[in-house]
Amino acid sequence: MSGYFITILITITIYAMLAHSLNIITGRAGQISLGHSAFFGIGAYTSALFYTRTELSFWISVPLGTMVAGMVGALLGIPCLRVRDDFLAITTMGIVFVVEAVFLYLPFFGVAMGIGGIDLPKWFGREMTKPEYFILILVILILLLLLDRRLERSWLGLAWSSIREDEVAVGAMGVDIVRFKVIAFILGSAIAGLAGGFYAHFLTFIMPQNFGFGQSIVILCMVVFGGIGTRWGPIVGAIILGILPEISRPIMEYRTFLYGLLLVAMMRFQPGGLLGQESVLPRFFRRIGSPWRKSGED
Amino acid sequence: MLIQQLANGIAVGSVYALISLGLTMVYGILRILHVAHAGIYALGAYIGWFSFRLTGEFWLSLFIGMAGSALGGYLVERFLYSPLLHLPRIAPLIVSIGLFTAMEEAFRIVAGPHTLTYNAKIGIGNLSLGSFQLTETQLLILFVTFLILIILWVVLSRTRTGLAMRACAMDAETASSFGVNVKAIVAINFLIGSAMAGAAGVLIGVYDNQVWPTMGSIPAYKALAIVVLGGLGNIPGTVLASFVVGMAETFFIGILAIPFPRDAVAFVAMILVLMFKPYGLLGKG
Repeated sequence: MSGYFITILITITIYAMLAHSLNIITGRAGQISLGHSAFFGIGAYTSALFYTRTELSFWISVPLGTMVAGMVGALLGIPCLRVRDDFLAITTMGIVFVVEAVFLYLPFFGVAMGIGGIDLPKWFGREMTKPEYFILILVILILLLLLDRRLERSWLGLAWSSIREDEVAVGAMGVDIVRFKVIAFILGSAIAGLAGGFYAHFLTFIMPQNFGFGQSIVILCMVVFGGIGTRWGPIVGAIILGILPEISRPIMEYRTFLYGLLLVAMMRFQPGGLLGQESVLPRFFRRIGSPWRKSGED
Repeated sequence: MLIQQLANGIAVGSVYALISLGLTMVYGILRILHVAHAGIYALGAYIGWFSFRLTGEFWLSLFIGMAGSALGGYLVERFLYSPLLHLPRIAPLIVSIGLFTAMEEAFRIVAGPHTLTYNAKIGIGNLSLGSFQLTETQLLILFVTFLILIILWVVLSRTRTGLAMRACAMDAETASSFGVNVKAIVAINFLIGSAMAGAAGVLIGVYDNQVWPTMGSIPAYKALAIVVLGGLGNIPGTVLASFVVGMAETFFIGILAIPFPRDAVAFVAMILVLMFKPYGLLGKG
């Protein structure tokens, strides 16, 4: 496999992880977040700083990054708990701008130059090759998706979906809304931080601009494009929107323009995303599958 | 020095008010976070610039810019937002973000990626009292903004249309049952709000002497912060928050000289206020 191809695969897997983590907060618990790239950045910066300044290995610095992102997620979840809907969307957006400003202006974080000298992890006494790294993060993505399947039918998953449907009613039934929302924020931010750690060690060089508001929008697009709240939707979204920039190189000039239009068209005509309940693909598969099903099951 | 900073802060704040008011009016009636409003703002600046190039008349170009923006805003409402109103809140928000991105790129493709200079002769002249100075463009901004704010206030509080607009903002369904043509009110709302954004675009174009494709990026998010800070959909609150943010930025950067990015100030203020007043400065729950 060529280096170019493996690079795209790794990037897409990291995006899939990010989209999956945003789906926990936005799709499962129904909390709109426009600030996901902040946690991605916190994870990346934490693991990069631990790795370059303290001699800790990859295997320790990345989990540390994950933990810090989760903790910051819990902390920042507090102002977010007081606000709802549109206020929440803008508060989370504000978090990105503040976090990016901190990375950009505090000398400790390397300012605009960023942090360099982060390497791919070592194992068996040598540095990991790129294909091996790809397999590592793919395995972790699969584990996360298995965990997600467990969670969906657990009390936690049920509480989240009830909060998503009607927060006031659920609160009146005695469900501790605050606790479940904070858990969603911690889990989503921690996974984003994990993806950030992988990203930093793969790029070997990070800077604040990698984690700006635009990145948040890209992640949100993937979730929305695939189908918000579905298990496979964000993954499909990450794959399609991750490949699209590569195959659209000839029309480089108009790429961002087309991205914007794609987003508009998607929402206008297919608001559930590719894999959403009422969308084209699931209906198509249901129709194909129907002769094999018992009648009245659908 | 202090008064000078105050004047600068008021000038900046009044442009913020012009941009944010349209946003808050849209939110008041449709409950949509209209991020693409900043695209309309940049559209106004571009149309103003082109018409200035063609005619050489500043006031005419300001008017054409406002008219072009108003039309653009109306089209966005008619063809993108109104079909999406029955969907969850996130759908129009995402459309808006996508549209804003596409608009920025469209400006770059059509007008080129470089900065266009917009040095119009306005003919007011600078005002200086000793060490205190107001430049011609600052005077222009203050004059146009206060004129527009007064017109808006008169329309909202003294006319039947304004009454209908306020009624729709409170409860569109009830207003409709009392014979208010809600669709027309929404359209008027978009026309007025977008024209104000267009005016702000032209004014900033002249003030900074430049028009460039991504000029909407920072106002897009800052205007949202201001609108939330004032209490979403609350018009007096938005004006207040605009001036608070304008002043805070000028003071932070100008006097305290804190090396903190100017554009994050609005968000820090917003997060701090929301911690204690979750519905903004003048918002009601």
